[in-house]
Amino acid sequence: MPAPDDDPVALPPARRRELLAALSAVLPADALLAEDSELRPYECDGLAVFRERPAAVALPRSEAEVGAVLAVCRRLGVPVVARGAGTGLSGGAMPHAGGVVLGLARLNRILELDPRAGLARVEPGVRNLAISEAAAAHGLYYAPDPSSQIACTIGGNVAENAGGVHCLKYGLTLHNVLGVRGFTVDGEPVAFGGAALDAPGLDLLSLVIGSEGLLAVVTEVTVKLLPRPALARVVMASFDDVGRAGEAVAAILAAGIIPAGLEMMDRRATEAVEPFVRAGYDLGAAAILLAESDGTAEEVEAEVAALERLLRESGATALAVSGSEAERLRFWSGRKNAFPAAGRISPDYYCMDGTIPRRHLGRVLEAIAGLEQRYGLRCMNVFHAGDGNLHPLILFDANVPGEWPRAERFGAAIVELCVELGGTITGEHGVGVEKINSMCVQFGDGERTAFFAVKRAFDPPGLLNPGKLIPTLRRCAEYGRLHVHAGAVPFPDLPRY
Amino acid sequence: MAATPDLAAIRDRLADAAARGVPVRIRGGGSKDFLGARLEGEPLDTRDYAGVVDYEPSELVVTARAGTPLATLEALLAASGQCLPCEPPHFGGAPTVGGAVAAGLAGPARAALGGMRDYVLGAKLLTARGELLAFGGRVMKNVAGFDVARLLCGSFGILGLIAEVSLKVLPRPAAAATLAFELGEAAALESFLGWARRPLPVTASAWVDGRAYLRLAGAPAAVAAAGRTLGGSRLGDAEAAVLWAALRDHAHPWLAPRTPLWRLSVPAASAALGLPGTTLIEWGGALRWVRSDAPAATIREAARRAGGSAARWHGAGLAPAHEPLPAPLAAIHRRLKDAFDPDRRFNPGRLVAEL
Repeated sequence: MPAPDDDPVALPPARRRELLAALSAVLPADALLAEDSELRPYECDGLAVFRERPAAVALPRSEAEVGAVLAVCRRLGVPVVARGAGTGLSGGAMPHAGGVVLGLARLNRILELDPRAGLARVEPGVRNLAISEAAAAHGLYYAPDPSSQIACTIGGNVAENAGGVHCLKYGLTLHNVLGVRGFTVDGEPVAFGGAALDAPGLDLLSLVIGSEGLLAVVTEVTVKLLPRPALARVVMASFDDVGRAGEAVAAILAAGIIPAGLEMMDRRATEAVEPFVRAGYDLGAAAILLAESDGTAEEVEAEVAALERLLRESGATALAVSGSEAERLRFWSGRKNAFPAAGRISPDYYCMDGTIPRRHLGRVLEAIAGLEQRYGLRCMNVFHAGDGNLHPLILFDANVPGEWPRAERFGAAIVELCVELGGTITGEHGVGVEKINSMCVQFGDGERTAFFAVKRAFDPPGLLNPGKLIPTLRRCAEYGRLHVHAGAVPFPDLPRY
Repeated sequence: MAATPDLAAIRDRLADAAARGVPVRIRGGGSKDFLGARLEGEPLDTRDYAGVVDYEPSELVVTARAGTPLATLEALLAASGQCLPCEPPHFGGAPTVGGAVAAGLAGPARAALGGMRDYVLGAKLLTARGELLAFGGRVMKNVAGFDVARLLCGSFGILGLIAEVSLKVLPRPAAAATLAFELGEAAALESFLGWARRPLPVTASAWVDGRAYLRLAGAPAAVAAAGRTLGGSRLGDAEAAVLWAALRDHAHPWLAPRTPLWRLSVPAASAALGLPGTTLIEWGGALRWVRSDAPAATIREAARRAGGSAARWHGAGLAPAHEPLPAPLAAIHRRLKDAFDPDRRFNPGRLVAEL
C-alpha cells in the first residue's frame, strides 16, 4: 500500500460537503473559498511548477477563527496547510489535495510596537517590510530581509527561517524572533518562547522556527527591533576569475571583518541585470563582489578602508565605493533584481538554494559549468557569498518539452553536490515538496525517523502540512534505487519516474 | 600518534547500563553538576571523546567532539583571532564543549550577541539505541529538516548524548572598553534600554551594588567614539576583564553559592521587580539575579507578572528548579522524550522533573 503522504487524494464528495458545512459554521461567508475559480489562485506558492487544488481555502481574520478552523479539521481528520503571502520558493505552501489551505494573510495587524523595549508583537500576515516601515519612525528596524520582503509575511518567514542579504551579520529569522504564539493541531493555544530570552524546558521555539508549518500554526510573532545603523556604504569589486573572488571572501572573513552583506554575482548574472537596472556593474569582470559596511561613521570609515585593502590584495581588478545613499542603493539594485532579470532573459527560471563550506566555491562553480553542458541549460549564479549560500538560477522554457524535467534534475544535481562537499540542500528556501527527494541524500534513515518522531510529538494525527519536508521510507527507497543504478558517477543524468 | 577517539567505549557503557536497567547521567567536566532539577544515574564521562574535528577560520565554523575542554577550544579560536561570542560560563571548573551546549548557557554578551543556541550549527547525537544521528551541519545557513541541533542546545542531555557539535565563531573585537556609572536600579534599567536603542557597539551590561557597567567592543574608532559620547568612568582593561569573567563564571562575590539565589529571565524592559532581598542585573535588564528569602511562590509570581520565569539557582535541596510546564508544552516534551529516549536512560529529571 502506498504511503499516504506520497499520494494525497481529494476528499470524497460527501466528506468535502461535511467539511465545508463545518467550516462555514465557524467562518463568515467571505472567509471560506470553495469554488474552483476561487481555489485556483491558491494552487501553488512561489514555485509554480508544483500545483494542487485544495478542498477549501479558509481566510480567517482572527486568532479565534484560526483555532476554530483547526478544531474542525482535527475533528474531521482533514490536513491543514498554512499559507502567508505564498512567496515561498520550495512549494512549502502547496495545498494538499484533500486538505484545507489556511491563509493567514488577513491577520495583518501590528499588535504592539514598543520602541522602548525594542520589540514588536505582530500577527503572522504582517509583511516583513511593514515591520521595518512601522519601526522606522523610532530609528529601529527588523533585520532579516529576504529578497521578497515587500510581499512575504512574517508568519512565512518563521515557517521557513528566512534569511536575506544581511544575515551574515544580523542572523536569520531564528536569531531575531523571541517568541511565537499559536495553536497546536488540536486547536489548543500554545506559546513558544516569549519576550524573555530564556524559557523553561526544551528550546521548542528553535524547532518551530523553520518547521515549514508541520508542527504548529503561528498566530502571533514577537520580533526584535534593532537600531538602524547610522551609516552604510558598499564596496564593489571586480574580479577576472570567480575563484579569486571566492578567495577574497575568505580573506575578508579571516581578517576579522563581518560585512553587513557580502554578495557575489557571476558575469552571466551581471550581464542579465545591467541592461535593466543600470547598476554600473563591470561587465568585463568574471565576477563582482558587493561588500557592505554599516555602523557608526567611524566604524564604516575604518572597515571600508580595510575592505578596499583586502580586496585589492586579493586581486580585485577594479574597486568602487558608494559615495551616497543613492549610489549604495544603485549598487544593490542589480543584486536585488537578479531574479526578475533572469525572468527577462529567459521564459522561465528555477532558483536553487544550497549552502557549501565557502572554500569549495570554485569547485562548485566549475561543476555547475559542467552541468550546464550535461543538461543543455544555462545557469546564472548569485550568492550570499559571506555565508556560502548559493542561488544558481537555471534558465529554461517550460513550453519546450523536456526542459523543465531537465532543469529539475540539474537543480537536484547542484544541491546534492552541496551535500557531497559538506553543505546542505537548502540554506534558506526550505525543503517543501521541491527538495523532499534530496532530503534522502542529506539524511539517513535514523535522522528521517527522528524527524517523523518530532512531527508526531507536535502533531500526533499528522494533519499539519503532511507530505512536506520529511520523505517517507518508500520515497527514499525509490529515489535511492535510482542513485544505486547510477553507481559512482558523481553527477548522473538520472532517469525519473 | 594517538588513535582517533571513537564512541565504542561510550556505546559499551550505554549498552551495559541498558542491560542492567539503570539510568546514566552524562558528565563532562562536572562544572555544572550543581544545576538541574535532579542529578541521578551512573556518571557517563564524555571526556575521552575529545578533539577538534574541523576548524578553518575563514569558514567561521568549528567542529569539536563533546569531551573537548571548552578552554582548549577557546584557546584554539583565540590563536586565530576568533571567539565564541556568547561566552559560555566555566563556573570555575573545566567544562567541556558538549556540556556547554547541553546546558545552553551564555555569559554577559547574551543580550547583545546571542545565546549558545544562536551559534549552534550542527550536532551529532548518540541515542539510547547507540545510533549516531547528524542534525544541522557545518555551514552557516541550513534549513534542511527540523532544527534538532538547536533543540539539543539547553536540553541537559535528556534526549541523548551530544557527541559532536559545529559552532559558528566570530572575530574577537579589536577593541573594548568598560564604562561604569553610579546609578540606582530604576535608573540603570532605563539607561540600559536607552543605550540599546542607539547604534552603539554595546556587548554587555550589568548592574551590581549600585553601579551600572557597560562594555563596548568592536572597531577601535567606534569604541572610542561611543566612550566619548556616553561618559561615565572607564575601568582599567584588566579590571574590566576580571569583572566580566567573574559575572560569567559566578566568581563574583555577589553571586557566591550561598542560598537562596534565584535566576529570573524576564523581558528587558520590565521595571524593577520589587522583591525583598537584593538584585543583580545583567543582559540589559533581561536577566535578574535575586538573592531573597521570599517564598518561592512570591518570586515565581513576580517573574510571571513580568512575562518571564524564575529558576532556583542555588537553594533548598533539589526542589524542582522550574515550575511545571503548561499542559500542551508538557505533552510535547513527554512525546519528544518518548521518541528519543523511550526507556528514560539519560539524565532523569535533570531538565524537567518528570522526565
